[in-house]
Amino acid sequence: MAVVFQKTRGLTDVQTHYCPGCTHGIIHRLVAEALEELGVLDDSIGVCPVGCSALAYDYFNCDMHQASHGRAPAVATGVKRVHPKNVVWTYQGDGDLASIGTAEIIHAAHRGEKITTIFVNNAIYGMTGGQMAPTTLVGQKSTTSPYGRDAETCGFPLKVAEMMATIPGAAFVERVSVDTPANVRKAKKAILEAFKCQIEGKGFSIVEVLSTCPTNWGMTPVDSLAWLQANMIPYYPLGNFRKPEEAK
Amino acid sequence: MAKVLMKGNEAIGAAAINAGCRYFFGYPITPQNEVPEYMSRELPKVGGVFVQAESEVAAINMVYGASGAGARVMTSSSSPGIALKQEGITYIAGAELPCVIVNIMRGGPGLGGIQPAQSDYNQSTRGGGNGDYKLLVYAPANLQEMVDMVQEAFDAADYYRNPVLVVGDGMIGQMMEPVEFKPYVSKYELAEKTWATDGTKGKRGPNIINSLFLDPAKLEDHNVKLQAKYKAIKENEARAELYNMDNAQVVIVAYGTTSRIAKNAIESLKKEGIEVGLIRPQTLWPFPDRAFETLPEACKGLLVVEMSMGQMIDDVKLATSCRLPVEFYGRSGGMIPEPDAIADKIKEMLGGVK
Ligand SMILES: Cc1ncc(C[n+]2csc(CCOP(=O)(O)OP(=O)(O)O)c2C)c(N)n1
Ligand code: SF4
Ligand SMILES: [Mg+2]
Repeated sequence: MAVVFQKTRGLTDVQTHYCPGCTHGIIHRLVAEALEELGVLDDSIGVCPVGCSALAYDYFNCDMHQASHGRAPAVATGVKRVHPKNVVWTYQGDGDLASIGTAEIIHAAHRGEKITTIFVNNAIYGMTGGQMAPTTLVGQKSTTSPYGRDAETCGFPLKVAEMMATIPGAAFVERVSVDTPANVRKAKKAILEAFKCQIEGKGFSIVEVLSTCPTNWGMTPVDSLAWLQANMIPYYPLGNFRKPEEAK
Repeated sequence: MAKVLMKGNEAIGAAAINAGCRYFFGYPITPQNEVPEYMSRELPKVGGVFVQAESEVAAINMVYGASGAGARVMTSSSSPGIALKQEGITYIAGAELPCVIVNIMRGGPGLGGIQPAQSDYNQSTRGGGNGDYKLLVYAPANLQEMVDMVQEAFDAADYYRNPVLVVGDGMIGQMMEPVEFKPYVSKYELAEKTWATDGTKGKRGPNIINSLFLDPAKLEDHNVKLQAKYKAIKENEARAELYNMDNAQVVIVAYGTTSRIAKNAIESLKKEGIEVGLIRPQTLWPFPDRAFETLPEACKGLLVVEMSMGQMIDDVKLATSCRLPVEFYGRSGGMIPEPDAIADKIKEMLGGVK
C-alpha cells in the first residue's frame, strides 16, 4: 500500500499536553514538516516561549531553548549570532509576543535578525486560564474582560502583522489561518517561505497564525473554528504583507 | 608581557577578549559605557560579535541564548541595568549555563546617581531574581586584580556551569592603572560543552536548554543538585586578602576600592601607634567566613566600611557569630569615605584616644 501520509521526523513521539481541538498541534506539525522538507531540521535551533507552548521543547525533534516570557526573540538573537549558519526560530503566543515581548520582537525585526518567528494569535492568554490578550477582540469576553473588551479603556486589538510590515528589517511578513484544509496548506506554504527567507539571508521573517483556544473561548473545537472565521479573519485579514525583493 | 596603562572599563573588555570571550550584548549606562564601546571596537577584529541590545532585559536574554549555544559570552551594566537583568540571570542559573556579568555599581535606589557606590551588595549576594540560586561574585580592588578576575570568571563559569558576577564601582571603572595580561591559562579542567545547542546534525538527540520543571519532585531534585554545586563553590572559591592583622586592635572589613581607602587609614593610624588590620573579601559570595575564624587576640571589634548604608555588615556579623562588636562606617550616593573619617571612627571604637 502506498504511504499517503506519515508523521514528520520533525516532531518527537512525546504526547502533547494541548487540549483536544486546539490548533497549536496543527501549527507544530507545519513547522516541523517545513524544517524537514527544507532539509534543515538537524541544523535548526528552536526557541519556545512562556504560554501553552512552553513545553514545545519536548515536541520538536531538534535543539531547543526555553525562553522567559516574551524574550524568545532576544534568546534567538544570541543563538543565531553564535551559529549564523543554523536555522533559528521562535514559536510565541500573543501574550508572549504582543504584550510582554513587544520590545524584543520589534527590535529583532528592526535589526533584521535572520531568524523566523511563528506567532500564534489565539486572541487570549491560554496557559493562565483565559485572560485578555492585546489581540482579544472588542466585545470578546475573557476572565479579565468579563463584560467584553472595552476599546475605550483597553484599546483596540493589536494587528501584529501590519505593524511588523512597517519595520524595514522585516523581510517576510504574512498572516495565515489553520481553520480549513485549504488555509492549512497556505499556512504551510507561508512557513516554508519564511524559513527560506532566513536561509537565503534576506532578513527577519514572521508568520502570524490565527489559532483557536476552545478551552478558554468556552466553545467546542468546531464552533471555535466557526468563531475564528466569523470574528478573527474580518479583523485580522489573511495575506502577505511583505516579501523579500526578488533578486534580479 | 609588558604592562600597559589602561582605563578600568577598557581593561575589563581586554581581559574578556584575552580569555576567549567572543560575544558581548549590552546597553549603554554610566559609568560602564567604555566596556560596550571597547567591545564594539575590538570584538570584530577577532571575529567576535557585539550587539547593542534594545534593553538590559534583552541583552541578558541574548546572553542566555549565546551561552546555551555554547559561546563564551559577557554583558556589563551598572546598578539599574543589573536590576533589569535579574530575570535573565535567574533563568541562566536555573538552566545551569555559564556567563560573565559585570556590574560597575553606582548609587541608588531608583535612578540614584552616576557616582561610585557599593549599594548592590545584597542584590549581588542574595540573588536579585526569583528562586534558590547563587552567583559566584568577584570583587577586585585594583585593575590588575580586575583583569585577572575577569579572566578567571570565564573559567569558573564554564567549570561550574553558573553565571559569575564581577562587581566594581564607578571608581574602578574610570581609573587608570598599569595592567599586565598574563598568557591565559585555565586553572580548571574544562569539559567540552556537549550540552550546547548547535544543531543535532542528525548525530545525537536534541539538546534542550531549560529551567522549567512542572513536576514538583523533579524541581526539588534540581534544587538539591544546584545546592550541591553551590556547596562546592563555597568550599573552593571563597577568598580574602588579610592585611596588617598581627596585633590588630580593630579589624576593618572592606572590599573593592573602599579597601584601598581603608589601607590609607591603617597606615596613618600605624604612625600613631594604633594597629588596625584589614580583611578584604575578594569574593562576596561565597563570603570568606574562614578569614574571621581566628581574629588577633588584641582585636576588640570590627569596623565594616562600605560605600552603602550598610549591607555587607550582615555577613560580617554572621561570620563572627557576633563574638565581637561589629560597627559600621559608610558613605553613600557617590560620596567616598575619607581615610581620616575611618581613622576617627576607629579611635572612637578604642575609647576616644585622640
Ligand atoms: C514574567 C512572567 N509573567 C507572567 C507569567 C504567566 N504567564 C504564563 S503564560 C502567560 C500567557 C501566555 O499567553 P499567550 O502568549 O497568548 O500563549 P497561549 O497560552 O495563549 O498560547 C502568562 C501571562 C510568566 N510565566 N512569567
Ligand atoms: S488552553 Fe487553549 S491554547 Fe492552550 S492548549 Fe488548551 S485550547 Fe490550546
Ligand atoms: Mg494566546
